[in-house]
Amino acid sequence: MVSIGDGVPAITTRREEALTGLQGLVSKGLGWARKYSLFQYPFVTACCGMEYMTLSSARYDLDRFGAALPRFSPRQADLLMVVGTVNCKQAPILRRVYEQMADPKWVIAFGVCASSGGFYDNYATVQGIDRIVPVDVYIPGCPPRPEQVLDGIMLLQHKIQNQPHRLIDRKPLPIAPPGTREG
Amino acid sequence: MSKAVIGALLERFPDAVTDAYEGVGGDDCAFVEKERIADVCRHLREVEKFDLAPYITAVDYLGREPRFEVVYNLLSIPRSARIRLRVRVPEGEDCVVPSVTGVWRGADWFERYCFDMYGIGFTGHPDLRRLFMYDEFVGHPLRKDYPLKGRQPLVPERRVDDIYRGPGPAGRD
Repeated sequence: MVSIGDGVPAITTRREEALTGLQGLVSKGLGWARKYSLFQYPFVTACCGMEYMTLSSARYDLDRFGAALPRFSPRQADLLMVVGTVNCKQAPILRRVYEQMADPKWVIAFGVCASSGGFYDNYATVQGIDRIVPVDVYIPGCPPRPEQVLDGIMLLQHKIQNQPHRLIDRKPLPIAPPGTREG
Repeated sequence: MSKAVIGALLERFPDAVTDAYEGVGGDDCAFVEKERIADVCRHLREVEKFDLAPYITAVDYLGREPRFEVVYNLLSIPRSARIRLRVRVPEGEDCVVPSVTGVWRGADWFERYCFDMYGIGFTGHPDLRRLFMYDEFVGHPLRKDYPLKGRQPLVPERRVDDIYRGPGPAGRD
C-alpha cells in the first residue's frame, strides 16, 4: 500500500488529499489509537497536585480513558499536564520540557493558575501558560474537581479524534517563532 | 515575659539599644543601632540564651526617613521567651547592615531574602545572592516603589488574544 523504498510516500501529505479517501480512514484509526493511549507528563508545581493525585488514583480512575500512566520523562510523553502556578523563573523550564516532547503532543492547563495566572497577578507569575506554550484544553477551578478534569480529558480525546493524523510524514514540523499563534 | 532581658540589654548596651516597648501579642521590642546589631545579637545568643532566630525580615516605610527597617524575631527555647529587635536602615550607600550569620548560621537565607526583596546589603555574609528571583531580575520586588505587575519574563512570550486578560504583561500596570 505504501512504498517507502524511494523515500516518496504513495499517499501524499497534501491536506486536502490526506483528508479524503484512504488517508481519512488511516487518520481516523490513528486518532482512535492515540486518544486512548495518552502518556502524560505531569508538570506539577503547586497545590493542584493534590487534586491530580485524587484524579489518578482508584476512585476517579483515569485509566478508563487510557491516560493513567505518567511518564516522568518528556521524551516518552505526549500529553503535558501543567498542574499549578508557573512563575517567570520556571517559564524557561516549562518551555524546555515542551520542546523535548516528541510529536504529536498536546497540552492541558490544569487549574486556574495554569490557565490564566489565577489571583496571582503580581511581579512573579506568568499570566497563563499559553504565553509560553500552546494549550489545547483549559480546565478552570481552584482546584478543579476531578470530574472537571475528566471532562477536559474527554474534550481532548474528541479533539485528537477529529484532527488529521498522517501515517508517514517526513517533513520536519515547523517550530513556531515566539509571538505567533498556532492554529 | 522577657522584660528582664530588655532591661539587661538597655543596661549592657546603653548607647545601642533604645526605645523599648511592648509590641502586639506581648513580645518585647527594642530598636538597635545599625552598627551594633551583631554585637547585641551575639550577647543575646551567648549570655541570654536566645538560641534561635526564627524569622528575620525587612520593612519598607516609603516616604519615611530612614526608609527601611530590618526586624529580628528571636526565640529562646530555655527561657521560653521571644524578643524582637528593629534596626533602622537608610536608603542609598548606607543600606548595609552587619550580618548575623556568624551568630546564627540559619540567618543566611533570611539575609539573602532581605537582599533579594528589599536590596539591603549585609556585610560579612558568606554568600549574598538573590534567594527567590532569578539573577537576570532587575530591582527589588517588595520595595514599595517597584511596580506591582512589573514582570520581567525570561523567555519571549507568545501573543495571546484574550479579552479578559488584556494584551499581555506590558502595558498592564
